[in-house]
Amino acid sequence: MNAVRLDDRQDAPAVARGGRISADRVRIELGTGAARFEALHDVSIAVEPGEFVCLLGPSGCGKSTLLGALAGHLRAAQGRLDLDGVPIAGPDPQRGLVFQHHTLFPWKTVLGNVAYGLKMKGIDRRTRECEARRMIELVGLTGFEDRYPRELSGGMQQRIEIARVLINRPRVLLMDEPFGALDALTRTRMQEMLLALWARMSTTVLFVTHDIDEALFLADRVLILSRGPGRIIEELPVLCERPRHARQLTDPQFLALKRRCLELLRDSGGAVPDREHLTPLGSALVGAS
Amino acid sequence: MSSAGVSRWVAAGRNVPGVRIGAPAVGTSVATRALRAAIRSASIAACLLLWHLAATRHVNLGFVSFANVPSPAEVAAAAWKLLQTPKLWRHLSSSLMRVGLGFGMASLVGIVLGLLIGRWRWAHEALLAPLELLRPIPAVAWIPLAILIFPSSEGSMIYITFIGALFPILLNTIHGAESVDARLIAAARSLGTRPLRLFTEVIVPGAAPSIATGLSIGMGTCWFCLVTAEMIAGQYGIGYYTWQSYTVQDYPDIVVGMLLIGVLGLGCSALVRWGMQQLMPWHQPRRGAQ
Repeated sequence: MNAVRLDDRQDAPAVARGGRISADRVRIELGTGAARFEALHDVSIAVEPGEFVCLLGPSGCGKSTLLGALAGHLRAAQGRLDLDGVPIAGPDPQRGLVFQHHTLFPWKTVLGNVAYGLKMKGIDRRTRECEARRMIELVGLTGFEDRYPRELSGGMQQRIEIARVLINRPRVLLMDEPFGALDALTRTRMQEMLLALWARMSTTVLFVTHDIDEALFLADRVLILSRGPGRIIEELPVLCERPRHARQLTDPQFLALKRRCLELLRDSGGAVPDREHLTPLGSALVGAS
Repeated sequence: MSSAGVSRWVAAGRNVPGVRIGAPAVGTSVATRALRAAIRSASIAACLLLWHLAATRHVNLGFVSFANVPSPAEVAAAAWKLLQTPKLWRHLSSSLMRVGLGFGMASLVGIVLGLLIGRWRWAHEALLAPLELLRPIPAVAWIPLAILIFPSSEGSMIYITFIGALFPILLNTIHGAESVDARLIAAARSLGTRPLRLFTEVIVPGAAPSIATGLSIGMGTCWFCLVTAEMIAGQYGIGYYTWQSYTVQDYPDIVVGMLLIGVLGLGCSALVRWGMQQLMPWHQPRRGAQ
């Protein structure tokens, strides 16, 4: 099912398209009235153009909240969020957001979903459908253009989701546990496909996960968040060469990093009672914006 | 890629992974299906037989009497006679025209207002209060006032049908517009959708299954209200025909009228469902929901 070879980073377009993310002492509060709480506390991050960074942390630590703020769906109570030096104000196709699941438009076919971003840019039907077919081919789903999302498996839906965001050529790809609902085998395939796509498109990726293996396999750099309120407690560079393969997950170097992650996550969690599920749109109980 | 076991899209506006409810088991044998059909036919035949016996024997149980009830054969004869007169088409076309106009206007007003109230806070505050006050009043209770307000009885009858269909359509549209998945809206905005486009691209199709439910219920109440209005204010129309048959003591025609009303209501509801299915090929209604 891998449509893209893993070793074609060489022919990636060498155009500098930006994609520098910076968050400076960002604090985010969620909920209203007495239920208001601090989801993120003084978080500062800097991501270089073209870098692949994973945000790793226990559930409820606010990693999705940070992603939602970068996507423009949540507002920071304090601090600055920039993309290439321009403050982030509201959602924008430059910052593509991929959810965990079920955000394809059920009333549009695969082709209609993927072409949607170009439709919003006012591009004519022929051009946008031609481009959409190319993206569908890139994620290995040629032949499924006329299907509706409900006819696809979870893994296929996520491929389409990624294609729908990438067609806008975003400077930044924000991913909120995009493979969290998939089975282990599909998930590994999707990770390899994502790395191959990233190698081709040279987009900055900020990837949220609570899976240590996933974070280490994908990232150039892993940022570890602690719970209640979320803050960054450690930054781990993953200096493993690319292209990467699943077997590297058992290398001593990987195992050492994994042990470090486990220690940090164990120390950070537990003490705080579990909060409601946090999403890029706020907290699930309080409801979205 | 069969759809079995894959998440389905249900009226609540969310993808819910789940099994099919009430779906017939695959590979039901021909014999089983034949047996089911036989039981259904026998049950209808038994009802007709009971009716026939009660009517021909003039059964009188004291609290209920079948002495004046026409028998199935008399009804069939009356129906046959009516089919051959031009009057029938006059009655049918009058009723259908009223339902068409009343239901059409109710759909337009209900869907537009419902979308506004469901998505726009100011419309919600400004419009919902008076509508909530009018809602508990049954459409039939409007008949006297409607006759006073509208110069023609035609206008008052169309108005009653309109009121009858309006509230189911309005309330279901509001519910549908309110419950469009926040993640779909966020995804659309992240893909560059501006507020007006958001309405046409996401809110309307997202609310469509709910709107379809509203239209389906609205069509039912529409017929109910029309028939009542015609009995009181009509000249021509199938409700008028039924009531007229009573006043001139043409009892078999009463039942013919009742059956026609049933058939027309059924046909119109089927038409609405079929139309919505054509507009929403992506939507799989829950089985057994209707």
